This record gives sequence, C-alpha cells and structure tokens, in this order.
Amino acid sequence: MKDNAAATPVIEARGVGLTFQTGDGPVHALKDVSLVIGKGEFVSFIGPSGCGKTTLLRAIAALEHPSEGTLSVNGMTPDAARQARAYGYVFQAAGLYPWRTIAGNVKLPLEIMGFSRKEREARVRKVLSLVDLQDFGKKFPWQLSGGMQQRASIARALAFDADILLMDEPFGALDEIVRDRLNEELLKLWARTEKTIGFVTHSIPEAVYLSTKIVVMSPRPGRITDVIESTLPRERPLDIRDTAEFIAIAHRVREGLRQGHGDEI
Amino acid sequence: MRALVPVLTVVAAIVALWYGGSVWLNSQWTHDQAARVGVEVSLTGVVADTMMQERPVLPAPHQVAKGLWDGVMGQRITSKRSLVWHGWITLSATMLGFAIGTAAGIALAVGIVHSRAMDLSVMPWAIASQTVPILAIAPMVIVVLGGPPMNLPPLIAKAVIAAYLTFFPVVVGMVKGLRSPDAMQLDLLRTYNASALDTLIKLRLPAAMPYLFASLKVAVAASVVGTIVAELPSGAVAGLGARLLQGSYYGQTVQIWAALFMAATLAAGLVAIIALVERLALARMGMGR
Repeated sequence: MKDNAAATPVIEARGVGLTFQTGDGPVHALKDVSLVIGKGEFVSFIGPSGCGKTTLLRAIAALEHPSEGTLSVNGMTPDAARQARAYGYVFQAAGLYPWRTIAGNVKLPLEIMGFSRKEREARVRKVLSLVDLQDFGKKFPWQLSGGMQQRASIARALAFDADILLMDEPFGALDEIVRDRLNEELLKLWARTEKTIGFVTHSIPEAVYLSTKIVVMSPRPGRITDVIESTLPRERPLDIRDTAEFIAIAHRVREGLRQGHGDEI
Repeated sequence: MRALVPVLTVVAAIVALWYGGSVWLNSQWTHDQAARVGVEVSLTGVVADTMMQERPVLPAPHQVAKGLWDGVMGQRITSKRSLVWHGWITLSATMLGFAIGTAAGIALAVGIVHSRAMDLSVMPWAIASQTVPILAIAPMVIVVLGGPPMNLPPLIAKAVIAAYLTFFPVVVGMVKGLRSPDAMQLDLLRTYNASALDTLIKLRLPAAMPYLFASLKVAVAASVVGTIVAELPSGAVAGLGARLLQGSYYGQTVQIWAALFMAATLAAGLVAIIALVERLALARMGMGR
C-alpha cells in the first residue's frame, strides 16, 4: 500500500449529485458521491450498468455537470481543468478518424492545442512507441485490429502530457486475451508515466488487477457502496491473479456489488 | 467485362423500341402524303419513309446520330450550327452556376449546423425555393438581371438560375454530413477544449465529404437543367437551350433530339468527372474502400 493519504489530492468530490431530467421524470444518476483521488493513483470504478460510473467519469471530465455538491480537478473546477487540458480521455470505442493515419490521429490534439510541427512529430513518435505502435504510424485505422486501434487512442490521450488519464471501459469491446495483454501494458505505462488514472470497468478481475483503489458503485440512485484500497504490490505480473490476496480483494468487490443490489431486490 | 452482354442487350432493346416508335408515330404523315397524291404505299415503303422524313414526329436513332455527328464534327466549332459551340456556352454557365451554388450550399449548411436560429429560419426557405417551378422563375430572373438597369451578361443570369437548382442538394447533403459525427467524437474534441472552428475543420468537414460528393452528383445534373431552362426564355441565340427552342420553332425534331443528347452527354460527363474526383479524394483520405 502506498502513501495515498499523504499524496496530493488530484480529484475531490464532495456530496456530488447529478440528476438528468427525462421525459419519464428525473433520473438520479449520482447521489451524494464523495471521493478523493490522490496523485499517481490508479482508481477503478466498478458497478452494474446504470450505477453512474461513466457519469462520474464524465463529470470529472466536465462532459456532464453535477447538480449538487462540489467537484474539483487539480484544485480547479472541472470546466477550468478541461480548459487547462488537464486530462486525456479514452472512450469505449477507439473513435479514430478514418481519414487520418494513426500518426495523424495522435497528432489531432497536438494540432488543436497549437504544438509546433517539430514538437508534434517528436511527441507522436514518443507516444506511439509507448503503446508499441511505432511501426504503424502511416497506417490507416481500418488496417489495424481493434486492440491496436484502442492502443492508438490511448496514445492520442497521452500525446499532450496531461497528468490525468480518464478511461471509460476502454477494453470493454475487446476479447479477453487482447484485454489481458492491454491491461498488462497499461500497468507498465502507468508505472513509466506516473499518471493519475480513473478507469471505468464492469470486470472484477480487471479492476482488482489494475487498481490501487477500487470504487464499488450501485445503481438507482448511482452511489458509492465501498472504496477498497488495494494491498497488492505495484509490480503485478498477470499470474498475481491466482494469489490468495488477489482473490480476497475480488471477493470483497463482489460482496460490495451484491450489497448494492440487495436493498432493491 | 461480364457486364458487357447485359448492357448491350439493354441498349439494343432501347434502340429497337425506339425504331418501333418511329415507325408507328411517323407513319401517319406517310399515309397522309400518299393519300394526298392518291397512291398506295406498301408496308416496306411506309417503314422506309418513316426513317427518312425531314421533320419526323419521332426521329429514328440513326437520324439523331447523324444530326449529332453533323452538329459536333461537321461544323467549325466556332460556327453557330456547331453543337460544340452551343454546348460550350451551356457548359460555361453550368460550371459558373455550379460553383456559385456549391459555395452557397456549403456556406448555408455550415450556418445551419452552427446556429439554431439559422436552422429554423433558413431551412424552410431553402425547401420552399425548390417547390417553385424553375420554368416560372427563370424568365423573371432573366428579365431582372439581364434587362435594364442591371444589364448583366446572359452568362451571369443563366448561372444564377443554375445555382438556384444547385445549392439545394448541397445544403441538404452537407447539413446531414456536418451532423454525421457522433456524440463521442464531439465529446473527444470537447476534452481537448477545441473551438467550434477546429471542430468544423478537423471533424465535421472531413466527415461530410462522402455526403458532399453524393450531393454534387445530383447538383451538377440539376445545374445543367437549370442552365438549359434559362436559355429557353432569354431570346438567346446561343446554348443548347436556344438550340432546342429554335428546333421547336421550326419543327426541326432531329435538331431538338441532337441537342437533347448533347445535353445528356454533357450532364453524364460532368457526373462522371465528379465520381472520379470523389474516388481520388476519398482514396487519399483513407476512405476509398
């Protein structure tokens, strides 16, 4: 266990609530969510669909706006943080532009943010090698597999050196073998870049394998039912998933998920 | 080349139907002529005559072909009898109108996509504009623009009418295309804090390209029609439309059909050019699969 308590808080939520007004009346996507995420943490949000995990991530990214409570990112409002380009966001689908090459796609945020041509080339080379795609810069997205496309989209999120990486079920659409490999690579990437990562998933093994902190959520209204500080070491080979410690944490996550469901059935 | 046989079969069927139609429609005149001088005509005599009348109701294909050949190859291209010369007059107004209409269409679509007020206020007018018969509006445009005090050259007045037909498919296609990026792609740009201009240039416009080319093919054909219609009432002596009108004044049906085929060839050629540009552009954009 790291010194999370002492780490500088990067993301702080206090009593955050978010209500969508729909035709069928208000939907409470989030209710009374309080959470502190320290610098360099890898935090997973896990829960069944409708539990608000994606909404919470989107609220941190200022793509949604809380109707109650306060949310701060890097000590600023989420909107200010977005304008300061504080985070890279990875969506469930790679969402690469089909008319741009892989390198061109990674270059997109750099062009928008006004990096010089030379700087852009250098950064593209750097992040493509981080995700092991250095030889694919000139390919178009359709020439790559789904896993490679998602790696390219991670490279795109890393390209402008934001300290925070927000990932919304980035590997959800991939098969398990590819997912295992990407999880392993993501941990290495995290160790190398020391980013703070928020990661939405619905897979218990994925959450336990990746995270230093697991936030268990439950639906209607979306809320946090448990926050688990992982006791696993930072170095995590894939076979750590067979250890008793791993299984114990996974068990606690499963219990948390079951509790969240219990009071509504 | 497996398509060759069915394609030739269809062409042969059309030509055969056309010859049948010529014989049927033109035979009345043959009979009338024969009755006037009081002679009997045999069936072969009727058929032979229907193929070589000076002013047939429906000219036979070979007559139209000969008319086309004479119009295109049989004249100096500067001659007023040359279909190449008339075709060029029509083509130049078509291209100018197409350029104006396309530019206006794209500009309107960008405005409509970015402004709700424009969406609500411009789109109904654009649709209404296309419900007005072009035949009704063309003479007024010619009079207003071509007559005093404006006295603009016929090229401009014709181009305006061509543009009037061109802009609409471009607006409709481009609005659809500019709105084609999904919520995720727009969210991605929001996370970069991208401006509306960045979003337009880097996402919306490239995403709209396939829609634009589909629209342009419809628009360029409409542009040819617009120019020809504009040439009808202008008292013009130049252009395929004028050629059509003269033909109908003097009952020169072969001339009419030759001009029609020239116009159709022109439109088909323009559509083919756009299809080629589309293929090259989309291939360069990595979307040419």
